Amino acid sequence: MPVIRVDHLGKKYALGQVHGDLLSERLSNNLRRLFDRLGRGGDPSPRAYPLSPKEEFWALRDVSFEINQGEVVGIIGRNGAGKTTLLKILSRITEPTEGYAEIYGRVGSLLEVGTGFHPELTGRENVFLNGTILGMKRAEIRKKFDEIVAFAEVEKFIDTPVKRYSSGMYVRLAFAVAAHLEPEILLVDEVLAVGDAAFQKKCLGKMGEVAKEGRTVLFVSHNMGAVESLCEKAIYIDKGRVAAISSSEDVISRYVNDLSESSSVALRLRTDRIGNGRIRATGIGVHSNEAVSSKVIRVGESTSIAVDYEVQWEGKCDNVTIAIDIDDMVHNRIVTLWSKFNNEYFFNLKKRGKLICEIPELCLRSGSYFLNISIQENAVLSDYIRNACVLDVEYGKYYDSGMEPVGGQGFILQRFHWKME
Amino acid sequence: MTQQIEDRYFGVGHRTLIKPSSGWRSFDFREIWAYRDLLGLLAWRDISVRYKQSVAGFGWAVFQPLMTMVIFTIIFGKFAGLPSDGLPYPIFAYCALLPWNYFSQSLSGSSDSLVGSSYLITKVYFPRLILPLSRVTSGLVDFAVAFVILLAMMAWYRIAPTAGILLLPVFMLVAMVTALGAGLWLTALNVKYRDVKFVVPFLTQFWMYASPVAYSTSLVPERWRFLYGLNPMAGVIEGFRWALLGKSAPDFSMMVISLAAVCLILFTGLLYFKRMEKSFADIV
Repeated sequence: MPVIRVDHLGKKYALGQVHGDLLSERLSNNLRRLFDRLGRGGDPSPRAYPLSPKEEFWALRDVSFEINQGEVVGIIGRNGAGKTTLLKILSRITEPTEGYAEIYGRVGSLLEVGTGFHPELTGRENVFLNGTILGMKRAEIRKKFDEIVAFAEVEKFIDTPVKRYSSGMYVRLAFAVAAHLEPEILLVDEVLAVGDAAFQKKCLGKMGEVAKEGRTVLFVSHNMGAVESLCEKAIYIDKGRVAAISSSEDVISRYVNDLSESSSVALRLRTDRIGNGRIRATGIGVHSNEAVSSKVIRVGESTSIAVDYEVQWEGKCDNVTIAIDIDDMVHNRIVTLWSKFNNEYFFNLKKRGKLICEIPELCLRSGSYFLNISIQENAVLSDYIRNACVLDVEYGKYYDSGMEPVGGQGFILQRFHWKME
Repeated sequence: MTQQIEDRYFGVGHRTLIKPSSGWRSFDFREIWAYRDLLGLLAWRDISVRYKQSVAGFGWAVFQPLMTMVIFTIIFGKFAGLPSDGLPYPIFAYCALLPWNYFSQSLSGSSDSLVGSSYLITKVYFPRLILPLSRVTSGLVDFAVAFVILLAMMAWYRIAPTAGILLLPVFMLVAMVTALGAGLWLTALNVKYRDVKFVVPFLTQFWMYASPVAYSTSLVPERWRFLYGLNPMAGVIEGFRWALLGKSAPDFSMMVISLAAVCLILFTGLLYFKRMEKSFADIV
């Protein structure tokens, strides 16, 4: 029996309106129009000073799906694809523009952990406040209070204001409250991206338990590993539309496939970048310094990654640092190669040029990786491109035996020797 | 009854329909009742956070109106020599400052309630009306604390309250509803136009001079009383003085105008708030 039915759901934003506008802007526009009209002898021409045209943007369009009771469904997709908007509509934070959704059962939505936590209040007070905000009744919180505190491991500090908590304690307490919600339908947004690894594991365990109890879970995440292990079904949302609904395995492979395709678009044409744009990455190339063909990169080889840049403004660019993140296909960050780590700053950048990262030994195991580029100038972000390109690392003989780590044997390789004494 | 209402919103397997709303929908007051726990908790949080880490704590709830009273007594009572209807000026002023302070605090609190709670609005659902409601509720505690001082002053000046004291809750309700009604307008406007935050301090100041806080309504010429009555706080303050200090009863026709004004402010405020409610999370 479907407990969530979504039918042609759509949400439109008027871009000019997103951040609110100043009354004065409207007034001055109206006044200008009025004076203009007077000046031209009462010729009413409404088009003289139109309000700035509002661009429309469909964050979500034509989204339809059904979710049955007890299903745990992952929602994946790129940043800005509309995943969070979907969750916000289903949790009634924002209204859809068209279509409808029907939900049967008590909904608990978790768009963030610790919503409404107040730094001045004690842990105890915040548990009650946060619990109530998330829709628990007071008696219910009282009943579960000890359990929540034990889960968060903050017994000793429960009567201390949370502003004196370490960030780890804060997150643990916040998640503990959320984990003890008992809705029939749970909507979760990327909240597992917080906290230390051990705690994340505990949370994943808790999520797994929830799923086993027969509750329905809708789970937005970038962590493909978590989606794959927790969800039997996944929905891939792309540009506000449903691109695929199927078993999570299939959907993830489709998503990863799309990602590697999009990263082959020339960097110059990419618009999904952030930063002030003073310096822009316009190209990226990875070359092996050893092999016969420099196009193929093998495990353990000396490699260089060259980023082409262009300076887009007239001033001088100093104190420039550049970083390349290497992520695996399910977006686990493997390593960040930031020039700042090595005290490497660049000064007096030419209009056009290359910044090259030399890697004496590429110790990644074979597979495909995403590279993100970020360029900073005077500690201000100039340009950031996620998934700027895909790096394919081929098998290569790194260890003497020719073996390579597989499965749970780690993501990287490392020179080492064993000896007996 | 309560259980039924709660089941409707929190019960097992209940149905929620999510679709675009159109036009001027009516308020779902039962839903607000179902969320009363949250209302209480948010009000409690306001109160408890307000005086955290302050040495005087609730002393401030008393200190503020008392200091204003002293200043008013010196400037308006002594220097300007404003008449106080035969009452000692300090208690004449303090009795008006109580509902006034409650009102101005609630008004500025509720005007800020949505923008100040944007972190809640964008993360979790609940009837948004809870936010301004919690702000006009939390001010009641400060009022109660300051009220004790008024009783002490009445004992000191040997003034006995009249039977009108029974109507005091009604006057308080009028003050509350006025603050809520105006607050609904302002807070909904504030979401879109941050100009409101500059308007509110000015508005409260202006409103105070348009209310008989420092002076008596008897100073207002008879023919302007009608216009004066449009300000519900004028009725509230005169009502307080009548009920507690035994001043002559407030002008009946003025009270009727005040009540009509209150209803109008609240009703239009609710409508505007409701109309804007669906866009709060998108533009706040």
